Amino acid sequence: MRVANRLVPVLLVIAALMYARAPFMVDAAPIESTMGLVQKIFYFHVPSAMMTFLAAFVCGIGSAVYLWRRSKTADAVAVAGAELAVVFGLIVMVTGPLWARKAWGVWWPWGDVRLTMTLVMWMVFVAYLLLRRFGGPGSEILASAVGVFGTALVPFVYVSVNYWRTIHPSTDVVSTLPPEMAWPFRWAIVAFLALFTALLTARIRLETNRVALEEAYVALED
Amino acid sequence: MLHWKIDVRVWSRRVVAWGIAMAAVGASALLAAQAPQQPFEKFTAESGESLPAEPLVIGAYAFVWVALVVYVFMLWRRIGRVEQELADVTARLAKRQ
Repeated sequence: MRVANRLVPVLLVIAALMYARAPFMVDAAPIESTMGLVQKIFYFHVPSAMMTFLAAFVCGIGSAVYLWRRSKTADAVAVAGAELAVVFGLIVMVTGPLWARKAWGVWWPWGDVRLTMTLVMWMVFVAYLLLRRFGGPGSEILASAVGVFGTALVPFVYVSVNYWRTIHPSTDVVSTLPPEMAWPFRWAIVAFLALFTALLTARIRLETNRVALEEAYVALED
Repeated sequence: MLHWKIDVRVWSRRVVAWGIAMAAVGASALLAAQAPQQPFEKFTAESGESLPAEPLVIGAYAFVWVALVVYVFMLWRRIGRVEQELADVTARLAKRQ
């Protein structure tokens, strides 16, 4: 974990440099024929969604391990994953409507399965964090169960565009990108991954220290 | 110094307040979705293709950067505060022993 903590500043610098370069690459990418300029939101919107899914999986795996073995490290990983799922999920749900307003003519079509399921999944992770913050002693077990359920929603959110009626672009879009669009998109994914790794490591460190502080206070009172 | 003892009444009121706020948001969203739709809408610049894309794209990218910078800043402040407090409490524990 110490090595990982030392890597955090390095990853943050790499991410900052990549984020600084990204707008120039996005600007140089060709304008999409149907949606026009607004489609360029895609280059940050989709990597944010990928990080939301990744964070949800981290939370789900951490929660499952905690329920199974009562490992404090797994619990810290789960908390970190849930918080990052909320942060990146918020980015997805703000950038998405900005794109939709121009492309579809509405900010948020409530009948769309992908959008509604994403909102529900995001609210599950908000509920996880609220439980951890206000649930009191013992709430970590209930929160872990909520975390597992939140992660179980990820595959449904992902495939919803392929199986249900929706106006959201399907999952094929990413794999069929022309090379001029694929390169800035991959660049953005690596930038988001570097930042995600740094933030996850830092948040795990915070949670581990917070638990140690709680234990120290208990020891002080005894 | 943070207080780690939980006041059940205060926290239960906060949880109830949160619940009411979330229910209000959900109910208003539901009402908005069920509101009767106007069959025809007068054409305005905003409803047509002339809605400019630049502010939306710039707004999206600006939001991403601001949100991430604010989160990184808040995370670092929380880490610093907890580590400082942990060092203080550990020192007090060591002194007592």
